[in-house]
Amino acid sequence: MHTTLLELEVRNHPGTMSHITGLFARRAFNLEAILCVPLGTGATSRILLLVADEPRLEQVEKQLAKLHDVLSVRQRADLSPDLFRLLDDGWQAGATKPASAATAATAAG
Amino acid sequence: MTINGAQILTTLLERQGIKIVAGLPGGPILPFYDALKSSSIEHVLVRHEQGAGFIAQGMARTTGKAAVCLASSGPGATNLVTAVADAYLDSIPMVAITAQVPQSLIGTDAFQEVDTYGLMIPITKHNFLVRSPAELLEVIPLAFSIAESGRQGPVSVDIPKDVLTGTLELGEWPEPGRPEKAPAIADDQIKELAALITKARHPIIYLGGGVISANASALAHELTRRIQAPIVSTLMALGAIPPDEPLYMGMLGMHGSKATNFLLEETDLLIAIGARFDDRATGKAAEFCPTATIVHIDIDRAEIGKIKQPFLSLHGDANEILGKLLATLPAQQRPDWVRRTLELKAAHDLRMPSAAEDPLHPLGFCRTLASLIPSDSIVTTDVGQHQMWIAQAYPVRHPRGLLTAGGLGSMGFGLPAAIGASLAAPGKRVVCITGDGSIMMNIQELATLAELDLPVAIIIMNNAHLGLVRQQQELFYGQRYHACKFASKPDFAAIARGFGIRGVRIDPNDDPLAQIQRELARPGPVLIDMPIVEGAKVLPMVPPGAANRVMICEPEKAECSC
Ligand SMILES: Cc1ncc(C[n+]2csc(CCOP(=O)(O)OP(=O)(O)O)c2C)c(N)n1
Repeated sequence: MHTTLLELEVRNHPGTMSHITGLFARRAFNLEAILCVPLGTGATSRILLLVADEPRLEQVEKQLAKLHDVLSVRQRADLSPDLFRLLDDGWQAGATKPASAATAATAAG
Repeated sequence: MTINGAQILTTLLERQGIKIVAGLPGGPILPFYDALKSSSIEHVLVRHEQGAGFIAQGMARTTGKAAVCLASSGPGATNLVTAVADAYLDSIPMVAITAQVPQSLIGTDAFQEVDTYGLMIPITKHNFLVRSPAELLEVIPLAFSIAESGRQGPVSVDIPKDVLTGTLELGEWPEPGRPEKAPAIADDQIKELAALITKARHPIIYLGGGVISANASALAHELTRRIQAPIVSTLMALGAIPPDEPLYMGMLGMHGSKATNFLLEETDLLIAIGARFDDRATGKAAEFCPTATIVHIDIDRAEIGKIKQPFLSLHGDANEILGKLLATLPAQQRPDWVRRTLELKAAHDLRMPSAAEDPLHPLGFCRTLASLIPSDSIVTTDVGQHQMWIAQAYPVRHPRGLLTAGGLGSMGFGLPAAIGASLAAPGKRVVCITGDGSIMMNIQELATLAELDLPVAIIIMNNAHLGLVRQQQELFYGQRYHACKFASKPDFAAIARGFGIRGVRIDPNDDPLAQIQRELARPGPVLIDMPIVEGAKVLPMVPPGAANRVMICEPEKAECSC
């Protein structure tokens, strides 16, 4: 499956993640991976979503943009979906290689 | 001034202009009821929270403004869910306020704790769990603003009991929530639309419920006349165009008229306004309007391209867009297209016996009903055959003149929605057309109606069946009828009287229309149990999933297509 990355900026509060993941479930959109990093003071977060690159992607973006707590949505075709694999590599390596997870998170943020 | 959360909530609702709320209390919401008691807001006590949700919907559908329903935590909140989901699918502005167990108990499976926040996520425009009295000052105005902005819809606000009892040193009140301004439309888009229309030989205007919410009905009618294009309507847009407009083709789709569905096959320009290409309207979407260029006007950007990719889309307020368009668009003549439209319309007019021949013929009765009630009456329906017969034959004479559960199709909508409509439009005759199946789903609200003594008439088109289920089993399941016939026949008139409402059963052999007229002429609420023939069908019918040109027509002719 071809994948691509969507970058969201969201209001940071307890329900935001449920709204986003709920939308994917309800509309039967594919969501492969998710990364969320608080920004600045923590009032907002940046979320990176790994999604299927399918014709419905535009509809996914429009539906995400409608969520009240989603402040912006854009495609990040410039970022490689490998980001998540790198993150996972770091994770698998555990305490011995925490640096690679941190790098991936910074790349997203 | 020190003030508690419940008082804050009450004052914010008053400042928002809320005059009536419908609900039913329970433990966690009691602090709010305590504050409501000394408020100017009238509380309508329902008998089931779903009734409160649909009463709020009846008010909102009548006024276009967000209305409020209340429920306590747990089962109170879950009982509201159907009415909230229904509001979501029909884009009805509503604020559903529920109480929650105190925050210290959230997450402990406390008595009557349910994850209302989680339940409401997929069925609201937005939802809140309020965490402090101070947050109410932000959340309540915002809830109304979201419910009424853009494409309207329900908002849920869940408030833990300790937020209602917690206090706050109050500074200034926030401004009431107001709808946001719609996005502006570029002039060159209007020009492009005008050019497409001018070039089109066979344009059709396709109206959805958005045209009613945008108060754009009058301009849509003007557009039809200006460009001499036939105009079709979804269930949700019935009432936008006066039924005597010659170019008005009524409802399209599954139970639309043959003429309308056939005409749509011939259009070269489909102008969709506030419509969402719902499957009941389009039939098999890939074969809908096969030869047409599509223009889509909608306030919800996500609707554009969701089902059909338009050639041109205009994202904004329909009233504003049509106003700008009409300001530049000269009158146009399309004599051949008008002739073709009128010819199809005449060839496939709805057929029904006259009132003299068969006064209680289902379709015929729905047509006759208009002559029995004032023209500014509001009709609500439940869900089933009676709803479709009303949609096909009752001439809805003004926008918001027909309130019906379109998207979710919730049986049980009709009676409480009629109560809400009557509360919002005092003095108007409100008629709920229902079935002997649907009425049972919120029949307890007869008690609420009796107390309010509103001019609501309930007419049960009684076929002793879940008629629409029977019809599907007849057509698509080889007449293997199962679970569609009621073994017992309750005496609905006696039930109504038991609730303190006039109740009559119509004798079909003794000038039934005169009996009904007599009952409708008397003031106050009434329930009229009207027998209709068992086994009648709603026709034409496009089988689910088929293209609209495939319509099941009269039984002896089986399928007809062109
Ligand atoms: C709450 C709910 N349950 C089930 C259905 C499915 N359903 C659609 S129409 C219908 C039959 C309705 O019967 P009745 O109200 O008597 O109307 P009729 O079709 O006979 O006019 C049913 C069960 C529904 N729409 N809503």
